[in-house]
Amino acid sequence: MTSAAVETHGLTRRFGALTAVRDLSLRIETGEVFGLLGPNGSGKTTTIRMLCGLLEPSAGTASVAGIDVAAAPEQIKLRIGYMSQRFGLYEDLTVAENLAFYGGIYGLRGEAAERRTAEIVAFLEIGPRLGQLAGQLSGGWKQRLALGCALLHRPVVLFLDEPTAGVDPAARRNFWQAIHDLARAGTTVLVTTHYMDEAERCTRLAMMSGGHLIALGTPAEVAAQVGGGGRTLEDAFIILQERDER
Amino acid sequence: MMPRLWPMFVKEFIQMRRDRLTLMIVTGLPVLQLLLFGYAIQTDVRHLPTVVVDESRTPESRDLIAAFENTGSFTIIARLDGREALDRALARGTAAAGIIVPADYPRQLLRGQPATVQVVVDAADPLSSQSGLAAAAGVAQARNLAILSAAAGRAGPPLEARVRPRYNPGLRSATFIVPGLVGVLLTMTMVLITAMAIVRERERGTLEQLIVTPITKTELMLGKITPYIGVGLVQMTTVLLVGRVVFDVPLTGNLLLLYAVALIFVIASLSLGLFISTLVRTQQQSMQVSFFIVLPNILLSGFMFPRAAMPLFFQWVGLLLPLTHFLKVLRGILLKGVGVAALWPEIVILAAFAGGLIVLAVRRFRKTLD
Repeated sequence: MTSAAVETHGLTRRFGALTAVRDLSLRIETGEVFGLLGPNGSGKTTTIRMLCGLLEPSAGTASVAGIDVAAAPEQIKLRIGYMSQRFGLYEDLTVAENLAFYGGIYGLRGEAAERRTAEIVAFLEIGPRLGQLAGQLSGGWKQRLALGCALLHRPVVLFLDEPTAGVDPAARRNFWQAIHDLARAGTTVLVTTHYMDEAERCTRLAMMSGGHLIALGTPAEVAAQVGGGGRTLEDAFIILQERDER
Repeated sequence: MMPRLWPMFVKEFIQMRRDRLTLMIVTGLPVLQLLLFGYAIQTDVRHLPTVVVDESRTPESRDLIAAFENTGSFTIIARLDGREALDRALARGTAAAGIIVPADYPRQLLRGQPATVQVVVDAADPLSSQSGLAAAAGVAQARNLAILSAAAGRAGPPLEARVRPRYNPGLRSATFIVPGLVGVLLTMTMVLITAMAIVRERERGTLEQLIVTPITKTELMLGKITPYIGVGLVQMTTVLLVGRVVFDVPLTGNLLLLYAVALIFVIASLSLGLFISTLVRTQQQSMQVSFFIVLPNILLSGFMFPRAAMPLFFQWVGLLLPLTHFLKVLRGILLKGVGVAALWPEIVILAAFAGGLIVLAVRRFRKTLD
């Protein structure tokens, strides 16, 4: 049972009087595309930030790629890729400069750096944009660049926080194609979303509401929890959330 | 050692080049401030606008008034008829000084009686009134000596103090101010630039992406300051060159030593800015804190006001500012031409500031979002 890419036990985070994440226990296997589903304020971002070492848990434990988050946050950082909700790259640098910077920060040097950057550029088809300032890119291109920078060091686990917010449908489809390509190559992906069609494309889902888990399983299993039949994932989500709030 | 410092440096350097506001601060500010301080701020007050009431109207009185004017401290702007007119001119501020020669002035002189001339000075501004008072006393003393020597049949006065102003023989303000200005400008720009460094990334959302990487706190901090060390040294060169060419400020001592100490001072100032950056949450706050820090640097460091004149407590406060120590080095090297033997305590203190502030900034910084 050491193959878990992400494992949490009773993970909790409080901000003053507010409990953003409450007693969250999850286990994500290597190679999964795991969806974290929930409305704004349900604790998705806080969860991801704790797993990346950006926020310290108030209680509970978490491990990523077999390493304890609280004990060795810096070792985890070599093994994870992270795309924040808000575009986090330098808008006053070009696409190529952003890639070169993050390559350097992740320790890529010389020929190895060139080769890896070329792979990423080909994989995400961002070659024509290399000389453009990141700030002048559209949402879809920004998101591809951000994914590219997060992949340079071949992370074992990839955390994507609402990666497709503000991106047009065609670009979203391409993006999800890329995510599944990565998962097939063995990368574990944890992605938050509130698009139901995206949730359907995950191998497993966790639904969150008010900082805690309200459902867990494959998309079909989650839909079945509310009686199955013709019920869609969206129906399930609304019903479960209403039940939770009562 | 520190493999991620170089990419961080390159990134900061590119961003600095593309940031118009920073470039403007770095290049425009020194020249502007230099001209402002060099030309406008003169602590040696000359040419006080002066009105004269000459009640005697004799060759002797005209001779005396000419002696006042010849000091260069007084410029006669009007000759008035009565003392009331003089009072009005002083009250209105059209004149800063008034000279009254009484009607009996030549008669008293002739009789060998003490003759009086009255000098009224607007002392609301102590700095300019002092120079007027000193000049007036000087005129009287010179006249007295001449008259007494002549009466005693001597060629000159029995005792003369020969005062030799060293290092700045012309007693020129610019010679004193410009070297100090190097330090003040470096403090202002270096602190301000790095005070924005971390908060800017926080506000733009780029810090979040940066701190999920394995970059160490030290690499991040050093990467933030190294591009600006060069900027600081270029700035100093600009001020020294303009000071030399426009204000004829001497560059007496070992310039290599000056640059070496300046390097330490620049690092200390950049680290202070960086430390501020770890304390505040927004760029606006960092600006406010920087200005709050710049002001005591100008007032207490000895840049304009002599530290010896300050109460002991403020002299101690001044010692907590890196600028105070750097000013001694600047003036020591540029005006007096002294070397390490005279300046090592300041150099050691500056190095301690630089090292201490970097460590403080690195320790204060957290690679988390809380």
